[in-house]
Amino acid sequence: MIISETKPIGEILDFVRDYKKILIVGCGGCATVCFAGGESEVKTVANLLRIAFLKQSRAVEIIEDCALRQCEYEFADKIVEKAKAEGVDAILSLACGVGVNFLATKLGPIPIYPGVNTEFFGAAVEHGFWVELCSGCGDCMLHLTGGICPVTRCTKSLMNGPCGGTTKEGKCEIGPEVECGWALIIKRLKEIGQMDRIGKVIPPRDWSSSRHGGPRRLRKDLKLETEAAKPPSALEKNLRSSK
Amino acid sequence: MKAGSNLEKVLKEGHFAVTAEIGPPMDADGEVVRSKARKLKGYADAFNITDNQTAVVRLSSIAASVILLQEGLEPVMQMTCRDRNRIAIQSDLLGGSALGIKNCLCIAGDHQSASASGKLKGHPGAKNVYDVDSIQLVAILRKMRDEGLQEGGDPIKKRPALLIGAAWTPCGNPIEYRPFRLKKKVEAGADFIQTQAVYDVALFESQMKVAGELGLLDKTAILAGIIVPRSLGMMKYMNTSVAGVSLPEALIKRMSDAKDAAGADKELMKIKQEEEGIKIAVELIEQVRAITGVRGIHLQAIEWEDAITEVVKRAKLYPRPTF
Repeated sequence: MIISETKPIGEILDFVRDYKKILIVGCGGCATVCFAGGESEVKTVANLLRIAFLKQSRAVEIIEDCALRQCEYEFADKIVEKAKAEGVDAILSLACGVGVNFLATKLGPIPIYPGVNTEFFGAAVEHGFWVELCSGCGDCMLHLTGGICPVTRCTKSLMNGPCGGTTKEGKCEIGPEVECGWALIIKRLKEIGQMDRIGKVIPPRDWSSSRHGGPRRLRKDLKLETEAAKPPSALEKNLRSSK
Repeated sequence: MKAGSNLEKVLKEGHFAVTAEIGPPMDADGEVVRSKARKLKGYADAFNITDNQTAVVRLSSIAASVILLQEGLEPVMQMTCRDRNRIAIQSDLLGGSALGIKNCLCIAGDHQSASASGKLKGHPGAKNVYDVDSIQLVAILRKMRDEGLQEGGDPIKKRPALLIGAAWTPCGNPIEYRPFRLKKKVEAGADFIQTQAVYDVALFESQMKVAGELGLLDKTAILAGIIVPRSLGMMKYMNTSVAGVSLPEALIKRMSDAKDAAGADKELMKIKQEEEGIKIAVELIEQVRAITGVRGIHLQAIEWEDAITEVVKRAKLYPRPTF
């Protein structure tokens, strides 16, 4: 899931301080699950803003809503229609950056502001604690590394094993709270008897499948697609040519 | 000869090699490098110029390497993967070679968060690169030099003649993987290896034994890292806070005793500790020299050039071979 965090109310207040009618819209997807921008956070932010405006003796109308998901056109379009029908001056989105970006291109003259900081792709490892586990780099190599990602979990995204910065406790040089990704990979590969998978030098990877190739797009024809028809990934090609 | 560097000649002729480290200043004062160079000239076969070590902005490795050349010393230009992508790295390798640099140490580089760990503000908010890792960098440089090809495949007419170095942390965690990581570096093309500081000689020796079993010792020249300890505080700090370095209690006790012997006299305390540090370094050199496959040492004394000259002399490694 995409992990996000509600911005400090002072920052949000700064964004919307000059408007008279504001639509705050949450998202029923990831932002709800990580308690950053669901229905209840919309309510909280709306009330905090109302109090702030009241203190300033300003009459500002705040409308609350929550889309099922702001990242899909069926739901996003409804928000746009509502904003236009209500004649709001601005929208505050509590979705991740995807939702904000998506709505921004549809809203015409109505400005949109982010109410959350979008953090990372992660998992809830315990209640209220999320950890980044994937960078969405577009060329997955988890089959080589026991399911643990060196791009994400090694602070330096090293491809060929741990740098000299692994501590005695198996932590990363940047701090005792960060696991050394490669220590985790090695432990896991030993456990499943696959140490040979990292025996060869992995050549420089093609980062164009990551953000470095420009904004990424993916189109599927959503009919049944056979795996065999899929072209090999850039990493696979690299590995084959290095042999 | 791959690069024709002095270091390469020393190793090829079978001499016990000595490299030492010079850290450039945090300003544009090339005189700082020059004066260190003048002090150290003749005491090592080649001198590493660090590349913004601990992620602190310093006079560049290439520029300081050229200053060494002007002073008649041979540099080992350090090149980290932290600050440059493969385009900038290859460009700097070509440029460094064109300026007369003949050795390059390929390393990942400390994370930028380290830049603010001491008294400095540093640049902990900097964006790092790590387009390639240190092993990939070794392979890139080898391909440029030996195959005349850029990483992307474009041909190189005049190839960069650089002896390729890599770092190794033999006593770091995960300990059992370290020799295999060395193997990757050697397979990628590392001509020489400079290790992280060795204090636990027994552990280092057992790691060297594994390296020997993996057939690495005749494929690369391993220079054991020696950091001259200067004080009890520094030894304790290295033991607890420097990854991959562990100090046997007996060594720490020796320094502690040296400090205590000075009583309350602060100046004497400093002298006694420095003297003990130099003795420890000389003994470590003798011990690592006896280990199969150790072809030299990489000596560091942070902002303490006098220790380098003293240790090299006392270890009977002076004068250095000339060609």
